[in-house]
Amino acid sequence: MKIMVPIKRVVDYNVKIRVKADGTGVDLNNVKMSMNPFDEIAVEEAIRLKEAGSATEIVAVSIGPQQAQETIRTALAMGADRGILIKTDTDAEPLTVAKLLKALCAEEKPGLVILGKQAIDNDCNQTGQMLAALLQWPQGTFASKLALSSGKLAVTREVDGGLQTVELNLPAIVTTDLRLNEPRYASLPNIMKAKKKPIDEKTPEALGIDTAPRLKTLKVVEPPKRQSGVKVKTVGELVDKLRNEVGII
Amino acid sequence: MLFTPEHEALRQTVRTLVEREINPYVDDWEAAELFPAHEVFKKLGQAGLLGVHKPVEHGGMGLDYSYATAMTEELGLIRCGAVPMAIGVQTDMATPALARYGSQELKREFLAPAIAGDAVACIGVSEPGAGSDVASIKTTARKNGGDYVIDGGKLWTTNGVQADWMCLLANTGEGPVHRNKTLICLPLKTKGVSVARKLKKIGMFASDTAQIHFDGVRVPQRYRVGEEGQGFVYQMQQFQEERLWGATSGLKAMEAVIEETIEYTRERKAFGQSILDNQVVHFRMAELQTEVEALRSLIYRAVEDYVGGADVTRLASMAKLKGGRLMREVADACLQYWGGMGYVWENRVSRFYRDGRLMSIGGGADEVMLQIICKLMGTLPSRRNR
Ligand SMILES: Cc1cc2nc3c(=O)[nH]c(=O)nc-3n(C[C@H](O)[C@H](O)[C@H](O)COP(=O)(O)OP(=O)(O)OC[C@H]3O[C@@H](n4cnc5c(N)ncnc54)[C@H](O)[C@@H]3O)c2cc1C
Repeated sequence: MKIMVPIKRVVDYNVKIRVKADGTGVDLNNVKMSMNPFDEIAVEEAIRLKEAGSATEIVAVSIGPQQAQETIRTALAMGADRGILIKTDTDAEPLTVAKLLKALCAEEKPGLVILGKQAIDNDCNQTGQMLAALLQWPQGTFASKLALSSGKLAVTREVDGGLQTVELNLPAIVTTDLRLNEPRYASLPNIMKAKKKPIDEKTPEALGIDTAPRLKTLKVVEPPKRQSGVKVKTVGELVDKLRNEVGII
Repeated sequence: MLFTPEHEALRQTVRTLVEREINPYVDDWEAAELFPAHEVFKKLGQAGLLGVHKPVEHGGMGLDYSYATAMTEELGLIRCGAVPMAIGVQTDMATPALARYGSQELKREFLAPAIAGDAVACIGVSEPGAGSDVASIKTTARKNGGDYVIDGGKLWTTNGVQADWMCLLANTGEGPVHRNKTLICLPLKTKGVSVARKLKKIGMFASDTAQIHFDGVRVPQRYRVGEEGQGFVYQMQQFQEERLWGATSGLKAMEAVIEETIEYTRERKAFGQSILDNQVVHFRMAELQTEVEALRSLIYRAVEDYVGGADVTRLASMAKLKGGRLMREVADACLQYWGGMGYVWENRVSRFYRDGRLMSIGGGADEVMLQIICKLMGTLPSRRNR
């Protein structure tokens, strides 16, 4: 089975992001970029499936600018076998990404696509679901455990109030939650080997997909500064404050 | 210096390993005054990080020294000085001469396990009677049959309590002091080796600094590194990497302390404004950061020359000198702006103040660096003229 893992290049989670002065977006100048952490979990899970003998090939796909190739190299250094870069300088929306991935699935015919549940830049949480709908494949989102046996994939999902396990026929779509695994760091020998693994380049045009945005961003603002809280000594004091100061009970 | 995406990936791996496998335990190791060297080195070895610049035949990566520098820089993110120092001893102080001059057999026996993280190494140069003046060491290794018989002792040996073998500098002949010494790989489990004590220090707590005695210790002569009588020369060469390592390892540690000081003083208020808003404070931080960047450039230049095959004694000595001085300056300046909190034990800045102080002493004191630089500048009076 071939596993496809779409990965996104995003602002590194350690960076304290700043909104541009003109409010058109986040300042990306000289900002460290890394693989979306949920996608790292997706890559790790694919590698574990391969190590367990359940998969034969892992293809890492990124949609983005030329520099997204570095993100693909990170996946290759972790253990993916080859990469595909769909080059575009427009910030592709989830629906566009899902359409591009659908077109790629037609070419690559993976048995499983593992995506992050969301990217930490826009927090959309849409791509996996949209891709499943477009392909009409079963989906297991927010996965915290995967178990493959006799051609069926059991996905344990983190849902409000507990865990739910669904069984999917393959091919299927899975999106990862934080607790699925702890991604490995690439060893230096694997970093150097990744240099020699192939990365194909494609364009949205060649795949027949229009990447023009359908949504317009009106304004980007910083979240309001959080006020510091107060500590209360007793439940009675808390209730009193909620009733008499805040007036919500 | 040009860093490639592979350098960046290497840095990322070191950062993740430090974040996950080292930093969460540093406070415990500092309190215990020992860190589990074998356990930590095994993790580094598995990630391919103990032989970045070492030959491929013995498990190394065979990469040029700029990759080793990238790794060393990231080790500065470890929240103490002791653990990076122990790693540096393994990669850049006890093993460069062995990698360069050791026989294949010797490298298989001592270098390969050090690269894999299965063996911990230490470097035995300094003695009770000889630190700055390396040439005057007293430990001897006399030939007897096919063996060397070693007598004497070493002081200040980093990793000395936990190490499996020592890269030992000993006198193997009478002759002139620069041509009578030899480097020998000495397994520390050998009969006659005794670790006299672990020293109690003002900093670098998690590092085991030992005093070690040798009493009729026998090792085969094939444990000699390279040629007999070349030990002093090899050690001086080996010092180039040790000194570059020392300067490099301080860069990110200094930056972290500057950054944390900025954060703390931004939050801390006095006289109606943040401490940081006083010009003397934010200017000082900018000045220190400028100095760190200048040091970084000096180091990168030295490394570039070293990668190109040049002898970099001059620049490496300058980097070590400047590094030691700047560590002290950054530590003192930053600690000051933390006020009473800076004087508290469990504070990164106070730990850095204690740990960082070593840089001007270990691996050749500032004055020894100055001596070397003066010699290369032609300004050092010769002994006869004094
Ligand atoms: C924590 C720690 C770890 C160490 N780890 C190791 C190790 O792993 N292996 C090892 O071999 N050694 C190690 N050392 C030893 C270290 O390299 C020596 O301490 C150092 O070289 C200084 O030698 P010394 O202590 O004998 O000082 P001395 O040689 O007695 O010198 C004392 C001081 O005199 C001054 N001085 C010396 N020469 C001159 C001069 N020509 N002109 C002007 N002033 C001068 C300097 O200020 C110097 O600091 C370590 C030391 C410490 C403290």
